[in-house]
Amino acid sequence: MRRLMMAAAMLATTALTAHADDVKEVEMLHWWTSGGEAAALNVLKQDLAQQGYAWKDVPVAGGGGDAAMTALKAMVAAGNPPTASQMLGYTVLDYAEAGKMGDLTETAVAEGWDKAVPAALQKFAVYDGKWVAAPVNVHSVNWLWINKAVMDKIGGTEPKNFDEFVALLDKAKAAGVTPLALGGQNWQEATMFDSIVLSTGGPEFYKKAMNDLDEDALKSDTMKKSFDNLAKLKDYVDPNFSGRDWNLATAMVINGDALVQVMGDWAKGEFVAAKKVPGTDFLCYRFPGTDGSVIYNSDMFGMFDVPDDRKAAQVALAKATLSKSFQSAFNVVKGSVPARTDVPDTDFDACGKKGIADLKAANDGGTLFGSLAQGYGAPPAVANAYKDVVSKFVHGQITSSDQAVEELVKAIDDAK
Amino acid sequence: MTSIATSNGGAAARTARRPTMRARLQQALPKLVLAPSFAITLVFVYGFILWTIYLSFTNSKAFPKYVLTDARAYQRLWRWTFESDPPSSWYTSITNMAIFGVLYVVFALAIGLLLAILLDQKIRGEGILRPIYLYPMALSFIVTGVAWKWFLDPGLGLEQTMHQWGWTSFHFDWIKNKDYVIYTVVIAGVWQASGFVMAMFLAGLRGIDGEIIKASQIDGASPLQLYRRIIIPLLRPVFLSALIVLAHMAIKSYDLVVALTSGGPGGSAWLPSNFMYEYTFKRNEMAVGSASAVIMLATISAIIVPYLYSELREKAR
Repeated sequence: MRRLMMAAAMLATTALTAHADDVKEVEMLHWWTSGGEAAALNVLKQDLAQQGYAWKDVPVAGGGGDAAMTALKAMVAAGNPPTASQMLGYTVLDYAEAGKMGDLTETAVAEGWDKAVPAALQKFAVYDGKWVAAPVNVHSVNWLWINKAVMDKIGGTEPKNFDEFVALLDKAKAAGVTPLALGGQNWQEATMFDSIVLSTGGPEFYKKAMNDLDEDALKSDTMKKSFDNLAKLKDYVDPNFSGRDWNLATAMVINGDALVQVMGDWAKGEFVAAKKVPGTDFLCYRFPGTDGSVIYNSDMFGMFDVPDDRKAAQVALAKATLSKSFQSAFNVVKGSVPARTDVPDTDFDACGKKGIADLKAANDGGTLFGSLAQGYGAPPAVANAYKDVVSKFVHGQITSSDQAVEELVKAIDDAK
Repeated sequence: MTSIATSNGGAAARTARRPTMRARLQQALPKLVLAPSFAITLVFVYGFILWTIYLSFTNSKAFPKYVLTDARAYQRLWRWTFESDPPSSWYTSITNMAIFGVLYVVFALAIGLLLAILLDQKIRGEGILRPIYLYPMALSFIVTGVAWKWFLDPGLGLEQTMHQWGWTSFHFDWIKNKDYVIYTVVIAGVWQASGFVMAMFLAGLRGIDGEIIKASQIDGASPLQLYRRIIIPLLRPVFLSALIVLAHMAIKSYDLVVALTSGGPGGSAWLPSNFMYEYTFKRNEMAVGSASAVIMLATISAIIVPYLYSELREKAR
């Protein structure tokens, strides 16, 4: 009740402070408030400033963007949408379905987006044949981030399959290092489980289970095996993991307190910020058994249906966002890879180069899959039901893989 | 008005009218002043309550939809109420509410009363001690939550410190444990509220007629008997007020859970308010969120309405 009232109050204040007279202005809602992210966004600001557009920030702090999405909902419901907003996957489609998004098709055709942007991303940027969002980057989720010093100490080599991975973790355990750095928040656990499912069942199975939500696949023995593998990995996590933030888990790997973290490539941003160099300080491998496939999520700038006098600014923003120079400059800092496949990888480090090559290969080979944990596999209701089950399994409310599969089918069915 | 006055002509009539005008204005003034806030309350509290109830019977997902469908949201909540193995999020939320609500109220009352009685012994330094106990109430739940989160975290706070001091067998990881995490919320909540309850009881104790106490002392009552038989029964109205304040604080608490546990391992620290926020704004299941909000409102009414009823009846007597 209180929350609703707060939302109502927010709605009232945004309505009062809104004045959209200035056409030479871009209003942008986002949750990129950390140092590196803000610096990356500056590239875009300067680009637009050169074209004479002022930049009006609506930053809403909070890593996962939940707070930002609440603020956005209030702004849009009040009929006062920003020019654009950082958005994820199905959220864009939700807004498009509700008729709140603008139409950038003209610009997209002129700029050749449909050829440059991977088809998997277009699924979320294009609704009903119209371009409604400008993808900013592609993150991929199925990565291992390894501390090289620890790896050398225990004499480990790159694990090629799940069993070798477990053997590697055993070595670290024997050497007295925390083998696996994990944050016990449901999205982190589910992000790791995305990779496990892909590794256990292969690309076909991942697509069926996690993107198509095929009930037979969800019920299958492969899914049970995936949960068993998750249980195996859980044994290598330190007892204090519950509730830990992802960047603290990354810090454990950076500092050499832990060997490896399974995390999306935004973890690389943390390594870079700590002045670590790929190859000498840390190693990046694909999650064992998932080489050749990429589980992605992507930040997009959703473009709202703004009044006509603001459309020029919106087009300028969209063009700048998908320009090769911005795509390169931004993603070097963010740790992700460009959202178009024709950006040269010259400025990227070794992990970034691998990421770009992998994305291209996966896009061509049809093995580019949306991450269910990150909201690119299914709408929020389903994605959260999935995260619930995985998290309850990790923390012991669900005690067997049989039960986990049963709960998963039920939860997804319920949320659909 | 003036035309009436002139048509009546006489000055006597005018003087007779003027006070009634002023009186009328004076009578209307409170209503005029209150009208805006009354209107705002009517819309933003009661209007939105009705709106929420309406939404809970629709099929609203990310945005409100206004076509009435069915009571599916309530059916789901009803089903979830009995799913205990593995516990559904709603089951966890309401059982946590029961655990948290009862322990929070009981411990805050008990500790508050004890502190008030001890402070009431005419001790020196009461002026300093009283604000020390009262000040946790001045902190927001977010601050309380973060401070206790650091204190209870086995890798940072109490356990780590004990290990550094050499007591390596010391073990306290409730905040990381799905079965005990809700009790850490109780600890932090009680810490925050008991000083405030103490202040209420202290005021109550100071309000008790000294004659009664003296008389019972002359009759030979021991201090224990004095408190048990006379003073605490006299504090009954304070108990009632403290109970109401604490109960509604327990039901609406949300920020403490978020700041202290960020939901707890596997969502095991959720309260109904967390459930409502999650489903409405993060999971785009506005109908389910609204239904849970309606159920929370019904719970609060179940406490407040009898209280208001008894209060009003007493006044009428």
